[in-house]
Amino acid sequence: MGRFEEVGPRSPIAESIRVDLVHPRARLGVTIRAIVAIVIVAIMLFPVIWLSLTTIKTRPDAVAVPPKFIPYFPDGLLSDWCMVPQLNKNGTPKLDKEGNPVLKERPVCFDVTLEGIVGLFFERRTLTPAQQKQYMESPDFGWADRILLKRGLVITGPSDFVNRFRNSLIIAGTSTVLAVAFGLLAAYAFSRWDIKGKPDFLFFILSTRMLPPVVVTIPIFLMYRQLGIYDTHIGMIMLYTVFNLSLSVWLLKGFLDEIPKEYEEAALVDGYSRMQAFRKVVLPQAATGIAATTVFCLIFAWNEYAFSLMLTSDVARTMPPSIASTQGAGGLEWAIIATASMLFLIPVVVITFALRQHLLRGVTFGAIRQ
Amino acid sequence: MATIELRQVEKKFGQLHAVKPMDLTIHNGEFVVLLGPSGCGKTTTLRMISGLEAVTGGHIYLDGRDVTWLHPSERDIAFVFQFFALYPHMNVLDNIRFPLQAQRVPRAEAEKRVSEIVKMLQIEHLLHLRPGSLSGGDRQRVALARALVRRPAAFLMDEPLGALDADLRESMRAEIKRLHIAHNATTVYVTHDQLEAMALGDRIVVMSAAEIQQVGSPAEVYYKPANLFVARFIGSPGMNLISGRYADGVVYLPGDNRYAVPESWRAPLTQSLKDGEVIIGFRPESARITENGALAARVYASDMHGAFNMIHLVLGDETNVVNVRVDRWVTYALDTPVRFDIDPEGVRFFDPRSEKALRRGGAQ
Repeated sequence: MGRFEEVGPRSPIAESIRVDLVHPRARLGVTIRAIVAIVIVAIMLFPVIWLSLTTIKTRPDAVAVPPKFIPYFPDGLLSDWCMVPQLNKNGTPKLDKEGNPVLKERPVCFDVTLEGIVGLFFERRTLTPAQQKQYMESPDFGWADRILLKRGLVITGPSDFVNRFRNSLIIAGTSTVLAVAFGLLAAYAFSRWDIKGKPDFLFFILSTRMLPPVVVTIPIFLMYRQLGIYDTHIGMIMLYTVFNLSLSVWLLKGFLDEIPKEYEEAALVDGYSRMQAFRKVVLPQAATGIAATTVFCLIFAWNEYAFSLMLTSDVARTMPPSIASTQGAGGLEWAIIATASMLFLIPVVVITFALRQHLLRGVTFGAIRQ
Repeated sequence: MATIELRQVEKKFGQLHAVKPMDLTIHNGEFVVLLGPSGCGKTTTLRMISGLEAVTGGHIYLDGRDVTWLHPSERDIAFVFQFFALYPHMNVLDNIRFPLQAQRVPRAEAEKRVSEIVKMLQIEHLLHLRPGSLSGGDRQRVALARALVRRPAAFLMDEPLGALDADLRESMRAEIKRLHIAHNATTVYVTHDQLEAMALGDRIVVMSAAEIQQVGSPAEVYYKPANLFVARFIGSPGMNLISGRYADGVVYLPGDNRYAVPESWRAPLTQSLKDGEVIIGFRPESARITENGALAARVYASDMHGAFNMIHLVLGDETNVVNVRVDRWVTYALDTPVRFDIDPEGVRFFDPRSEKALRRGGAQ
């Protein structure tokens, strides 16, 4: 007699479920899996959480050892817990001249500052202590200036962050749209027509992904300079579109193959042209595939580093190389880098979140058939 | 409404004939069924009429107009697919409206036509559902509505009942028949189910091996099959066929049986058979078990069919089995020797070489 007959489920089963899934051992398995999932999620989320904490740290706090992870606002949220009275050697609280206890930060606490965020948007210059004092007293400076003045910095003008961010949006967005649009047309043709040498063409398209892109950076750099599209939006859009095409053709072909051709045939005999049938019948049904492909292409173009570094200098430079080259006067401004990275995450997160319904079926396609 | 003419229409896939050159005229308002086993070319023929498959040779005329190379959307033909091909991203109403939008039918007119059709097919309550949530029968009704709403010149249906359950299939069959009677629209219907073909068709085109085997009314293909293929394919079970040898008005059959050929058949048999080899055929209902029957046989098995019993008899050895239909209360023990007669009106003869049926001159 197996263990299950002895044990049995604790309560009657009133749902559709397999016997082995209500076995006590299966319940244990579920618990273990849940714990593993939580651990994995924690590991995945940790960098994001740490990054967001770093955005509101001062430069010394960002690199403090032991690390600081509890933010507080002076005289505000959590300050009661974070500020503890300093003790004398005999254990009595230390008092200042006016008789108030002297407070000390707990080592895990840091005080929230907007330095990093302000610093990201503006160019800064270091002041001498005399200048700093003088500027602090001047009424001409706004709140943003004052945040940096406390650090001994003065704003000298807007930074190129906004430009770079816009470049990233334009280049990644346009190239994704183009890669998916061209990919759809090519994939539709490959999926529906008998093209001579189809397997060879498909292999050729795939083969463009076979060698690491870095290998071709120098030839591409030379070509781009020769063609006069070095450091231009159009050049970067073309490059990312071409890189994404192989992925998008292959992915979309898979999705289009799943759509029975009867739907288009029905539209054809119903009086529509091939293109109308494609637009009205095939496209809506390929939404899942289009969404999944869009996200993959977007993530590639958005994150691409090496080519952007090589092929742009200023006009068309995108975010990834800019973030890496963000430096303050005398040392890395971790808060600025963290803020830039957090802002950099937002568009991809938003798009992925907006398309999540499609994605879930999209990334598991082939595994689950409707 | 339209007449569809196929002139020497053929389809090759590489060197292989999917449809050998065929001629067929489907008259205005006629319900023609293309019947045959799978792979016989019936669906390819239908798809060529619709323009979804390009012909290799020949011409297709619609009301005298050559449509051979016309785009499917320009042929004014509606197609009902086996798996319905309802657009899953649209609700039922949009599905039915879809062909009207292509034709730019004015809105008011479109509304009127849609409401007429949905009332007739009794699918008003489904209009705002997606096809995915409908039952098979309702999907079929929506597919029919989408075809009917256009008022096309002809309907092409590719096994439209093939995806339905058996009992639903019968009721939908009746619905299709009534729709055809109401609209009297030229219809070409493809099926591999001979019961469906018999029930629906004004004429049946029996196809096999990429060729037309016989064109005729359901009664003709059932009682006067043109060849052995049709004799075997039509009816369940098919026609009883026994090989024998003809000489002097008598067919010598296995088991030392002698079958006296009816007077009217003697001349054609004598004329057409070179060496006397013949296949004699008759339907199970054309044989009658009687004490003084001309042919001797032995009961091999017997099946209950509800309304009647089917007795399997062997003549001679067990390679020659014939099915005989008897009343439902008639039963025999296995291996009982029995005698039976063949109704002279129901007997047919085939030439085993050409596999063709022999014909009597004049009235049959």
